[in-house]
Amino acid sequence: MGQQHDAYFVPAKSTWPFVAAVVMFITVFGAAHWLNAEPGDAGFGKTVLSVGVIGVLGMFFGWFRSVINESLAGSYNHQVDTSFRMGMMWFIFSEVMFFGAFFGALFYIRMFSVPWLGGHGHGVLTHQFLWSDYAAAWGANGGNGPEQAGGAFRTVPAWGLPLLNTLILLTSSVTVTIAHHALRAGHRGRILLFLGLTVLLGATFLYFQAHEYIEAYKELNLTLHSGVYGSTFFLLTGFHGLHVTLGTIMLAVIWLRVLKGHFNKEHHFGFEAVAWYWHFVDVVWLGLFMFVYIL
Amino acid sequence: MSYAATHDQHDDHHGAPKSFFQRWFMSTNHKDIGTLYLIFSLTMFFIGGSFAMLIRAELFKPGMQLMQPYFFNELTTMHALIMIFGAIMPAFVGLGNWMIPLMVGAPDMALPRMNNLSFWILPFAFLLMLSTLFLPGGGPAGGWTMYPPLALQTDSLAYVVFAIHLMGISSIMGAINIIATILNMRAPGMDLLKMPVFVWSWLITAFLLIAVMPVLAGAVTMLLTDKYFGTNFFNPGGGGDPVLYQHIFWFFGHPEVYIMILPAFGIISEIVPTFARKPIFGYKAMVFAIACIAFLSFIVWAHHMFAVGLPLGAEIFFMYATMLISVPTGVKVFNWVATMWGGSMTFETPMLFALAFIILFTIGGFSGLMLALVPADFQYHDTYFVVAHFHYVLVTGALFAIIGSAYYWMPKWTGHMYNEFWGKVHFWNSVIWVNVLFFPQHFLGLAGMPRRIPDYNVAFANFNMISSIGGFLFGATQLIFVGVVIHCVFFSKKKATDRVWEGAKGLEWTVPSPAPHHTFEVPPVINDDELAHGHVND
Repeated sequence: MGQQHDAYFVPAKSTWPFVAAVVMFITVFGAAHWLNAEPGDAGFGKTVLSVGVIGVLGMFFGWFRSVINESLAGSYNHQVDTSFRMGMMWFIFSEVMFFGAFFGALFYIRMFSVPWLGGHGHGVLTHQFLWSDYAAAWGANGGNGPEQAGGAFRTVPAWGLPLLNTLILLTSSVTVTIAHHALRAGHRGRILLFLGLTVLLGATFLYFQAHEYIEAYKELNLTLHSGVYGSTFFLLTGFHGLHVTLGTIMLAVIWLRVLKGHFNKEHHFGFEAVAWYWHFVDVVWLGLFMFVYIL
Repeated sequence: MSYAATHDQHDDHHGAPKSFFQRWFMSTNHKDIGTLYLIFSLTMFFIGGSFAMLIRAELFKPGMQLMQPYFFNELTTMHALIMIFGAIMPAFVGLGNWMIPLMVGAPDMALPRMNNLSFWILPFAFLLMLSTLFLPGGGPAGGWTMYPPLALQTDSLAYVVFAIHLMGISSIMGAINIIATILNMRAPGMDLLKMPVFVWSWLITAFLLIAVMPVLAGAVTMLLTDKYFGTNFFNPGGGGDPVLYQHIFWFFGHPEVYIMILPAFGIISEIVPTFARKPIFGYKAMVFAIACIAFLSFIVWAHHMFAVGLPLGAEIFFMYATMLISVPTGVKVFNWVATMWGGSMTFETPMLFALAFIILFTIGGFSGLMLALVPADFQYHDTYFVVAHFHYVLVTGALFAIIGSAYYWMPKWTGHMYNEFWGKVHFWNSVIWVNVLFFPQHFLGLAGMPRRIPDYNVAFANFNMISSIGGFLFGATQLIFVGVVIHCVFFSKKKATDRVWEGAKGLEWTVPSPAPHHTFEVPPVINDDELAHGHVND
């Protein structure tokens, strides 16, 4: 069962891919220099990194602008649409695997490495000879390892801000779905309202998350240095926060595109791709809420 | 299945562009991008190969001969990174780019601009990685696996980690593109179970790439934060575990091994039927075997870590799971043999490389089975036996398949036949010297010579000298290949026919040689008799 073709479409040549490769290179080259710079001597790396980041932003702006223009000109047929959809789905799958690495690390640390350091099962000798007074525990009473890396700390209680953030993200998933239904029904006012609400909810989530980080550093002494508890806490929530930031920006762009009338009932892949992405960050958050905050 | 030559009518925007920059830097053409990948891969092959020559020169005699130990460690690390991420993987992506659209009757890849980006990331990523050799602190020297805490000791870590991030982005985008092309761009009538095995092997490989490259990105990101941001993932004092890195790394690393061999299986499954003049034996079994191997690749990673101190239950599970892989792999080897059984065989250069692949890859598979035995692995671990094993599967396996495929498809790419005599000279020198190079390393390993050292006990001297001589000659032999390619592209007078090989079947052989800049702008009509595996019984 092969595919039905209306007419094949191969896009015109473009400088954007090459520009993208160059600006990505500048970004990571600057970042690597910056990381290795002597204290107080970070000027060169920082400058290159800034140039790279501005370049990446400009590249995204330019590349997406040309794609949007082609889309509005009606260049993209059904087959191209399907290719875009597949591209987005598999991209989200790759993101799932990326978070999988960090969740896997969290599970391994909690199930194996911390109990072993405490003398359970496999790690009895390490415990006996190196850290015989370490009692394996997670959270504030040992989550920073036998050497108390980063000093004593307290954890962020799950039933405060994190619960509120969970409700915010779940609500935003509902609002983006309402906006999607409105798009298919052709109610522009309702799309703008509910999509706008989704953007606001995303921004609120980010505000609370920033607030939580500041509190963790200032009040709880929970930092990146707080042993492996701090490592997993900040990398998991941090990468999730980055994805929410990206998702919020994408939703805002889609809101502007709805305002400009870029979508109709049939053609709104851009909207759907961002909606999928938003549901994905929502699901990741549920995993985080469960395994990082509650358990 | 007729190729309609429609491109004469609108030549202006369908021929190859005149401007060099437009054609090679702004391309959306799968053939040009495939060519870029192949040239890049060949370049990297020689850079990585020159590192291997230096390694073999240092190991020619016991004692410190030519270089400082740290530089030797840089060489082994860089040799692996370049060959894996710079030579083998881009070569397969290049072949996939060139051949998959031709094989499924698509006009191009599904996402042509992203295709160009996937390629252009790579030269920059390797520029970043190779530049570390000239940094004050030197390049990475802790082995390509970058185990902490050793890998955390060099300042080059940040550069290497970012280079790996870039390569990962490139691979993931390339893989997404290949999946979308195969699932969405096939010509009407090109059913999934009519696709050539090469296309199937790439579909499954692409899935593996998307599944594991992000995991590698995660692992190296943890290295980065451990070194520069004070996290404790791999520091037991902070509750972490260096073995955790090995688990995450090999969860990527083992599927990665199959990423480097499954497309090779696909290539051999194209070459053998052509020169045996018979359809492949057990087409469906071949496809399912690839899928089985891909599935198993996710549950065997800890066999790289038997000696690290795993719980007994884990060692037994991973030992048995690993041995299970020999079942689908055996299916493939036996089916290639059965394909040749009773065929009218001829032995052109691609077929010679395919035959060498079947025999020598199987030797590599057998030494893999030996390594899978936990009690035996305690002896073999980190010895030259391991080096011999993975060079048999990667050099006489993956690389031989790539070279064979280059000979097989070069007439289609260039429109000219390569020189068969020099092709055969290249083959026989390769196959002899590669065995002189790697076979003695089995003995060295069994006798206890550790890998990744610049100096060794005099007891190992003779086999090391033989191995080095084989290495120099194998390296020199590859220059013949460059000569054959240059001759074929620029000087060969012998025109290739469209079909090229008498027994060749499949859509790619119905387009003219050289393949025009754009093919299948009108979807071809699929005629089952013309397909390599057209009649698949249920």
